[in-house]
Amino acid sequence: MNHTEAEAQPIANITWAGGPSPLAVNKKKLGMWLFLLSDSITFSCLLIGYSYVRLASPDWPRPFEFYPAIVKATLMTVILLTSSLTMVLGVHAAHKGERSRAVKYILFTMLGGILFDVIHISEWINLILNEHVTPFHNPWGSPLFGGAFFGLTGLHMLHVTIGVIYLGVIAWGFGTKRFAAEDVEVSGLYWHFVDLVWMFIFPLIYLINVTPK
Amino acid sequence: MSAQPHSVTHHSEAPKSFIRRYIFSTDHKVIGVQYWLLALAAVTVGMVLSWLFRAHLAWPHLVIPGFGGQMRPEQYLALVTMHGTIMVFFVLTVAPQSGFGNYFLPIQIGADDMAFPTLNMLSFWITLVAFLVLISAFFTSGGAPINGWTSYPPLSAVGSVSGPGQGMGETLWVISIGLFCLASLLTALNFISTTIEMRAPGMSLMRMPLTVWGWFVTAVLGLLAFGVLLAACILLLLDRLAMTSFFVPGGLVFNDTQPALAHAGGSPLLWEHLFWFFGHPEVYIAILPAMGITSHILSNFSRKPIFGYKAMAYSLCAIGFLSFTVWGHHMFVSGMSPYSALAFSFLTLIIGVPSAIKTFNWLGTLWGGKIQFTTPMLFAIGFVSLFVTGGLSGLFLAQPSIDLPLHDTYFVIAHFHLVMAVAAIFGIFAGTYYWFPKMFGRRMSEKLGKTHFWFTFVGAYLTFMPMHWMGIMGALRRYASPGGLGFVARMAPIDIFITIAAFVTGAAQLLFYFNFFWSLRHGEKVDENPWHATTLEWSIPSPPPHGNFLAAPHVYRGPYEYSVPGYTEDYLPQHLTPEQVAQTAEAGS
Repeated sequence: MNHTEAEAQPIANITWAGGPSPLAVNKKKLGMWLFLLSDSITFSCLLIGYSYVRLASPDWPRPFEFYPAIVKATLMTVILLTSSLTMVLGVHAAHKGERSRAVKYILFTMLGGILFDVIHISEWINLILNEHVTPFHNPWGSPLFGGAFFGLTGLHMLHVTIGVIYLGVIAWGFGTKRFAAEDVEVSGLYWHFVDLVWMFIFPLIYLINVTPK
Repeated sequence: MSAQPHSVTHHSEAPKSFIRRYIFSTDHKVIGVQYWLLALAAVTVGMVLSWLFRAHLAWPHLVIPGFGGQMRPEQYLALVTMHGTIMVFFVLTVAPQSGFGNYFLPIQIGADDMAFPTLNMLSFWITLVAFLVLISAFFTSGGAPINGWTSYPPLSAVGSVSGPGQGMGETLWVISIGLFCLASLLTALNFISTTIEMRAPGMSLMRMPLTVWGWFVTAVLGLLAFGVLLAACILLLLDRLAMTSFFVPGGLVFNDTQPALAHAGGSPLLWEHLFWFFGHPEVYIAILPAMGITSHILSNFSRKPIFGYKAMAYSLCAIGFLSFTVWGHHMFVSGMSPYSALAFSFLTLIIGVPSAIKTFNWLGTLWGGKIQFTTPMLFAIGFVSLFVTGGLSGLFLAQPSIDLPLHDTYFVIAHFHLVMAVAAIFGIFAGTYYWFPKMFGRRMSEKLGKTHFWFTFVGAYLTFMPMHWMGIMGALRRYASPGGLGFVARMAPIDIFITIAAFVTGAAQLLFYFNFFWSLRHGEKVDENPWHATTLEWSIPSPPPHGNFLAAPHVYRGPYEYSVPGYTEDYLPQHLTPEQVAQTAEAGS
């Protein structure tokens, strides 16, 4: 057997040998994972930037009282975590082919997202109107506080809002049999990611900025 | 693997209407050509800008029409800023990766399209909008931004108080680059998904052409780097529009007629870190696809397998990984701790190792080959030459003690133009001459191509080599009128020489434009494999049909089986079955 023939044997049964997708991950799921990877880097940079200016500012304010700010933020955390649970149940039902149950759970998830947004916006309005906090000024200390707070929570709120719309499309498409269970699962990945980002924002924006007793 | 049927997604018919077929197309080939044409438009604008400021540097008293007399410093700075931004983002990032990658990555791995065709179309249109937004900065009342392509704050963060272009023009710059980041992220995840998911049976990772490796590693860099710049752009936009102060320290005064700015508490260093954490991978985003193209072409026209295929693939990965660890070498003069500088310096010098592996393997590929000096081959060899020349000055700049005096001098300009800009441009030219027959079914003129090569190759060296000397003598970049400094004034003849070289080199590019557009209609017609090459793109008609492959391809061997002993032809394509190979061998013997 010469060199040519030896080289010509196809590689058999190797995960990465081409052909049917490796590791049984479909394209959409891989694409979503990659998007989340890059999005997590964007959020990381913002959080690192925030940490950097917080450390560099001797007069960084710690304005959050236990009530209402922390209680509200905790409630928002519970709502968001619960919506992740309903999302899991929705994905589970979708994989079992129970379409109406899956749609119901997705609607619950969307409700959680909307509630989160409503409480968050009420908090923003309170800060802007009653406490006179703006992105460039606040009554307590370093003006960067407002920029960091509104920038980070605003971008996160944008993600939640986009997520609610995205889930709405998925619920409609899955209910009318246009989308497969895989699509529900991929939307679930996005929703859990948004939830996970909040789990960084909650301690870094709220808990470490609680007014010392 | 054999038990499972190969799942080729049954691609739909090609759309009939002109708009769906050529404008809002989801076909990766059309999108690839769209990106390429966008880069051609951008490089034309960028080149004209460079002529304008080169003319000013050589003849400061020259009156150029449209500038209202002699060029003012802010006009000069606007020109270099837009030249850098356009070239780095819309040429060097767009053409080799989004252009050629879109067109040839799916074909070379045996796929019928990208993993997400609609997303792909969206990425192109966002990129185009980003380009138009950037260009529109010229037409704002204050003109284009003046803070360089790195957009350093606080100049970039405080609005028009810091200069005429720093108002609306700079805001447009930030929005444009933010959009560009978004589009590049989407392209990157598309490339990665395609490479991992859509390879034909038998196309294992170690059978992928090195071009695919180049695009794949570049996509990973893009995915991880553009998110950082996006975050930085969000913060900069907040600083500009919402009056936050992430990048602006307190107490800034720009001139004595105005009080100190209201900003307080921020740090320009934060931008430098975020920008260069993106910025250094970015230079590899520009150069890695060109390395892949060069490897591909050197092997093809040396009629030899690439020397050290695995080492080439691994060194691409190593360069990609290291590129994320060296951003601090752009900031040696920022006041960083000398110990940090030492670490960044060390890591930077380590990049020399995989780079040297690649260079020696390119030379090893040429060694003893039956070299055919076609135009793409000349440009590929030119790439190696420029990469080595520019890379060597990188070893100087990587050391803080040498970088301190050379920082922001023409030495740096010479370094990155040779190693990143002109080298990557040579990769683009090589790819264009090489794949033109596949893309359009005709060949570009070899005679014009070779003339174009020699003018460009010699011209690039004549333009940038003297800048090394100017830099060592202390000439600083971003100075509109350096003649005021006595020791720089003595370098005026060098400036004139450089400008003339740049004009001649630029004029020689007309040969390329003419060759390209003329050959579209009048070039010599070719069959499907004019270069006698081995990879999958040469197994399908020229130009490839919608959906690329007439039958689902299967891959049986590595990508560079040239001059295989015991085989009649001097190239052994990847898709030939062992039976076909045996028949050909019998017929030949």
